Amino acid sequence: MPDLREYEQAGGYAGLRVALRMTSTEVQGTVKAANLRGRGGAGFPTGVKWSAVPLGEGARRPKYLVVNADEMEPGVMKDRILLEGNPHQLIEGIVIAAHAIEAEHAFIFIRLAYREAAERLRRAIEEAASAGYLGANILGSGLNLDIAVHRSAGRYICGEETALLNALEGKRPIPRAKPPFPQTVGLWGQPTVVNNVETLCCVPHILRHGPEWFLGLSRSSDGGTKLYGASGRVRRPGVWELPMGTPLREILEEHAGGMREGYQLRGLLPGGASTDFLTPEHLDIPMDFGSVTQAGSRLGTGTMVVLDDQTCPVSMLISLEQFFARESCGWCTPCREGLPWVVRLLRALENGDGRSDDVALLEAHTRLLGPGRTFCALAPGAMEPLQSALKYFHEDFTRHIAERGCPWRKAPVV
Amino acid sequence: MLTEAERHEIEEEIAAVREHTRAAVVEALKVVQRRRGWVSDDDLGDVATCLGLTRTEVDAVATFYNKIFRRQVGRHVLLICDSVTCWIMGYHDLLEHLRAKWGMELGETTADNRFTLLPVACLGLCEQAPAMLLDGELYGNLTPARLDEILATHA
Repeated sequence: MPDLREYEQAGGYAGLRVALRMTSTEVQGTVKAANLRGRGGAGFPTGVKWSAVPLGEGARRPKYLVVNADEMEPGVMKDRILLEGNPHQLIEGIVIAAHAIEAEHAFIFIRLAYREAAERLRRAIEEAASAGYLGANILGSGLNLDIAVHRSAGRYICGEETALLNALEGKRPIPRAKPPFPQTVGLWGQPTVVNNVETLCCVPHILRHGPEWFLGLSRSSDGGTKLYGASGRVRRPGVWELPMGTPLREILEEHAGGMREGYQLRGLLPGGASTDFLTPEHLDIPMDFGSVTQAGSRLGTGTMVVLDDQTCPVSMLISLEQFFARESCGWCTPCREGLPWVVRLLRALENGDGRSDDVALLEAHTRLLGPGRTFCALAPGAMEPLQSALKYFHEDFTRHIAERGCPWRKAPVV
Repeated sequence: MLTEAERHEIEEEIAAVREHTRAAVVEALKVVQRRRGWVSDDDLGDVATCLGLTRTEVDAVATFYNKIFRRQVGRHVLLICDSVTCWIMGYHDLLEHLRAKWGMELGETTADNRFTLLPVACLGLCEQAPAMLLDGELYGNLTPARLDEILATHA
């Protein structure tokens, strides 16, 4: 990891100097022009998110910038690489974003498992503060900012931005109703922006090189580069920074090295556990927000989980849905009761107790736990891999019922 | 009863969050857990008193988080990842190995009080699956043999 001097020698904190010569509105405009879309999974334009924060004399203060470093989605490990690899890049992004919304306090909400990342962040924050990049009157600009690191104690829902705010306040971290949105009523009721780690790491470069440069890095209309990842039975699982819109095939075959010897690709979740399956027929799509949506899934976090031909899709879904059932906060009934029911149905199929109407019952759950039926996006996200598995791997489900158990477990190799 | 040292550390956590005393609750629970391994009913009450909260308010937070333990655990806590990538890459082999080795199920503690075994959600180490968190430290690329080597260094 580069220390402060190495980071500065590589152009670090030059973007901040550019930003400090601009007004808050001009920084927002620059990031809007670069078409930076949120890298936490939802893809909301970052500059637009910032522009909903009230600015100027009449705005309520203090205002807060919160960094979401919770990263608990199964199959996602990209922010860990950024946090451990170059914490100063994130800190520079935080100071610029705080300037863009006139925030005086920032919090980094980091998951407990990332101990090494939290320690490196704390050291980098101290370095930045002693160099005048944090604290009072940053680089003589009149801007004040402090950063506090909050280590969580482990719960997926804390990554939902309003649950995260409750967690920071020391309350039971269930999500809040929206509206009002955090930009007007956020942490302790004050104007707040919650941004993902990777999103903020793009910001210094946009300020330093300009929005046209950032747009030019991309192979699609969404600006910049993207951290893509692959895990599962590929030759070289990992994370790579590539142009936004890099085709799925290129990521999987060139960077991840293709499937391991003896395994074939059956499908993949393109952006973490809460995205719909894609199949080998989709390999030529560009991995950007619009193209993946058009293919029936979501870019999500851009870190894919690969399903091979010797793993049972129903068994894989048990793991996925068990995760969501266990991590459901329990606040709303469809999610609290529906997800464990889905797990019970899948386990029954796997153990040979499946009934002929179970597939229809699973399909009903994908509607009843879908968008608009629950308090937050957890359960609808949980239904994405399920609904697409029912579409692409339908025969695998019916075989579990017809053969009274998992066909994979009967195979002699296992 | 909290020790003087614990009380002092909790007061430091409260000072760090300035006027928002309640925001120190997670760190206060961790102060207790760091020394005692878990948070008993008595400890929970003491934390509540320090923060000026009710026991219910503190327990609503304590019971929510996976890594605040409200039941006694062994000297070492092994959290084994059972999320999707680890599930594909060998979680079951590791689990079967530990069940055979220790003769117990997930959620239990070895008879010598040395290890508690719990499942955990994705640890963010997917490129090194299968993974675990042992006493707060991440370990990846696990096999039953490598697991045995690591466990042997935890008395």
